[in-house]
Amino acid sequence: MTDAPEEGADFDRRLAEARQRQGLEKPADPAKAAATSLLGIGMRVGVEMAAALAVGAFLGYWLDRVLHTKPLLMVVFLLLGGVAGVRNVWRLVGPKGPRP
Amino acid sequence: MATTIDVMGQFKLTTALGPVGASVNFTQSNLTMVVVCALILGLLHLGMAPRAVVPGRLQAAAEMLYGFVHRMCIDQIGEEGKAFFPFIFTLFSFLLFSNLFGLVPYQFTVTSHLAITAGLAVFVIVLATFVGLRTHGLHFFSYFLPEGLPIFLAPLIVVVEVISYLSRPISLSFRLFANMMAGHVVFEVFASFMVAMAASLGAIGYVMAVGPFALDVAMTGFELLVAALQAYVFAVLACMYLHDAVHLH
Repeated sequence: MTDAPEEGADFDRRLAEARQRQGLEKPADPAKAAATSLLGIGMRVGVEMAAALAVGAFLGYWLDRVLHTKPLLMVVFLLLGGVAGVRNVWRLVGPKGPRP
Repeated sequence: MATTIDVMGQFKLTTALGPVGASVNFTQSNLTMVVVCALILGLLHLGMAPRAVVPGRLQAAAEMLYGFVHRMCIDQIGEEGKAFFPFIFTLFSFLLFSNLFGLVPYQFTVTSHLAITAGLAVFVIVLATFVGLRTHGLHFFSYFLPEGLPIFLAPLIVVVEVISYLSRPISLSFRLFANMMAGHVVFEVFASFMVAMAASLGAIGYVMAVGPFALDVAMTGFELLVAALQAYVFAVLACMYLHDAVHLH
């Protein structure tokens, strides 16, 4: 077996042709791929929101107990938790890129 | 009525391996984990033993598992992801085999306990934070302050980002735990319908019990999807958190 590049390219071409003939190269089905990733996203969205809300509520409750400011901080942090939940979901479904 | 519907009983921990296991509180959950790890090691060892150029079935399975996780690491984390490949591979194969092993009748699902999933999720988050601090030093904390932010908004956004960061282990662990538990609860609900119908309606009940049985069969197929998907989602999210720690955005 030689490692000559032209021979490798020739092999790749013949392999691709053979796979084409045998019907092994299925054209990617964009609708199916989108449905699978949507299922994944759908399973994540709800938990992401609820988790941030729970963390906000717990942080507020804990700070209230430490600072004796019941119930002010819990109200504030519950709202912030909701904001963080929307932030989580936005990170999931929003435009991709460096820190939108 | 003789049959009561006890759907949560299946998640109760009992000791395994007789009196020896009972004396050290070795539960069926621990036993299942040992079996799952043995299955993974067995697949890799027996699969790769032939070292054939054209792989057989077992070797193909082992190679596909390896290649799939390797690609996932590099796609999600980048070139640095190779360093985390052993960890992600262990995590993914453990979760995948645990989820699938739980679908074998009479077997326990390790991942249907929050203690297990939360333990893994906390491990992932602590590792990601440690990697971030190790790579970037204290500059890591700029992760909580997006660039180009008006300074008067900073206190608000930093708190929101910190809450968002802290919510990661919770969403990570609850998603896996809730999916696995809910699936097995639904199995048991339909199964108890079957028993209740057969017990109370006689011959007609036996005919009608075919309905829940068909649903359970269909659920098994769906649960196979959920088991694989949830293991994949857990591993991908672990990769994404590590990516954030390495690249800070």
